[in-house]
Amino acid sequence: MSLYRDEGVVLRTWKLGEADRIVVIFTKGHGKVRAVAKGVRKTRSKFGARLEPTSHVALQFYEGRELDIVTQAESIDQYPALREDFDRLGRAVTMLEAVDQLAQDREPNPAVLRMLVGALATLAADDSPLVVPAFFLKLLALEGFRPEVDTCVACGAEVDLVAFDIDSGGVLCRACRRGQALTPDALALLQRVLGGGLAAALREPPSAATHDVDVLATRAMEHHLERRLRSVSVMDHA
Amino acid sequence: MSAYAAPVQDLIDELGRLPGIGPKSAQRIAYHLLKLSRDDALRLAHAIVEVKDRVAFCRRCFNVAEGDECGYCADPRRDPTVVCVVEEPRDIVAVERTGEFHGRYHVLQGAISPMDGIGPDQLKVKELLARIEPEGVQEVILCTNPNIEGEATAMYLSRLLKPVGVRVTRIASGLPVGGDLEYADELTLGRALEGRRVLDGD
Repeated sequence: MSLYRDEGVVLRTWKLGEADRIVVIFTKGHGKVRAVAKGVRKTRSKFGARLEPTSHVALQFYEGRELDIVTQAESIDQYPALREDFDRLGRAVTMLEAVDQLAQDREPNPAVLRMLVGALATLAADDSPLVVPAFFLKLLALEGFRPEVDTCVACGAEVDLVAFDIDSGGVLCRACRRGQALTPDALALLQRVLGGGLAAALREPPSAATHDVDVLATRAMEHHLERRLRSVSVMDHA
Repeated sequence: MSAYAAPVQDLIDELGRLPGIGPKSAQRIAYHLLKLSRDDALRLAHAIVEVKDRVAFCRRCFNVAEGDECGYCADPRRDPTVVCVVEEPRDIVAVERTGEFHGRYHVLQGAISPMDGIGPDQLKVKELLARIEPEGVQEVILCTNPNIEGEATAMYLSRLLKPVGVRVTRIASGLPVGGDLEYADELTLGRALEGRRVLDGD
């Protein structure tokens, strides 16, 4: 008998057989776990909505040979606000997809989980345009790929930073510029997000600069993952 | 060399491709079929051929249909002004069993699932929109699954349909009849409270 407990965020689910689902959970102590939730698709399932993507749950697992089995689930937070707004739900799913791609099976990374929970809570509390880009940028920083936003990555100049190049990993001055152009407003937002001004930056209303930062952070994330985020293109077309 | 005669091995392989049938079940069913009388086996073979030849999707609502239109679209007694939107044809069966609905259906053939790359373009959304005016639809009931994909689909459709000037409703969420309150999750119980109704005293 090997049971274990953990808490985590449900990243995605797959249908399995008649009424079951495979649930992918990013847990605090066991990293990314794939587990079977038996009977979860029945209307009278004891799990109810707890094992849906975005839910933050405390779980008990039974260790199986290949897949573990979820035996109990209790919600910590279900973020109902996310589930009542199509755009916010889409953005939450984008973050889940990035974490799913980045996280390794059975490799705990409590810092990433803490950030994900924080980002979901922020997104549920108020619809800030910078939640997802800030999450991506912070995630990259945590992975050791923090984009350089304070000095030119080519010559080290501190002023006249006018471009951002993903391959070079940061901003560039006018003399060294390559990649895409960066407005002074967008640069200031990048510096605030990565430089300790996150809480204030999240209060920014939507603008051209927040849109630029969003596009740039998504591209940087996709570059790091070496694949496109499917939910981004689906949500852009919807 | 295979342990089975070649035709038996082929049968086992084909059966093994069906959902929920593993190699062992496939073997068991194959041996059952071998023992069947020729008539019984041919009846099964015939049923499979018939269903593939005669059943297609209804051109109006995309339910499975024998011929051009499904039974519900062709039935003149059904109310054309109310359309119930479901994900899969088998959801129609579930709704029909309630006996509470007498309008027509529209089958999306899936639900929005951003992580799987399934957006509105992969579903029968345009086809739904195209039905509203010609058929004089006044109410669209969003009857997608109460899970994250179904909810996303319902939210998307309601946003799309509001400007068209049609009444858009969503089936209620709440507690299953015959269950225990203590096992209800917060989201479901919360919605049940939100959607509470006044009981008449008399």
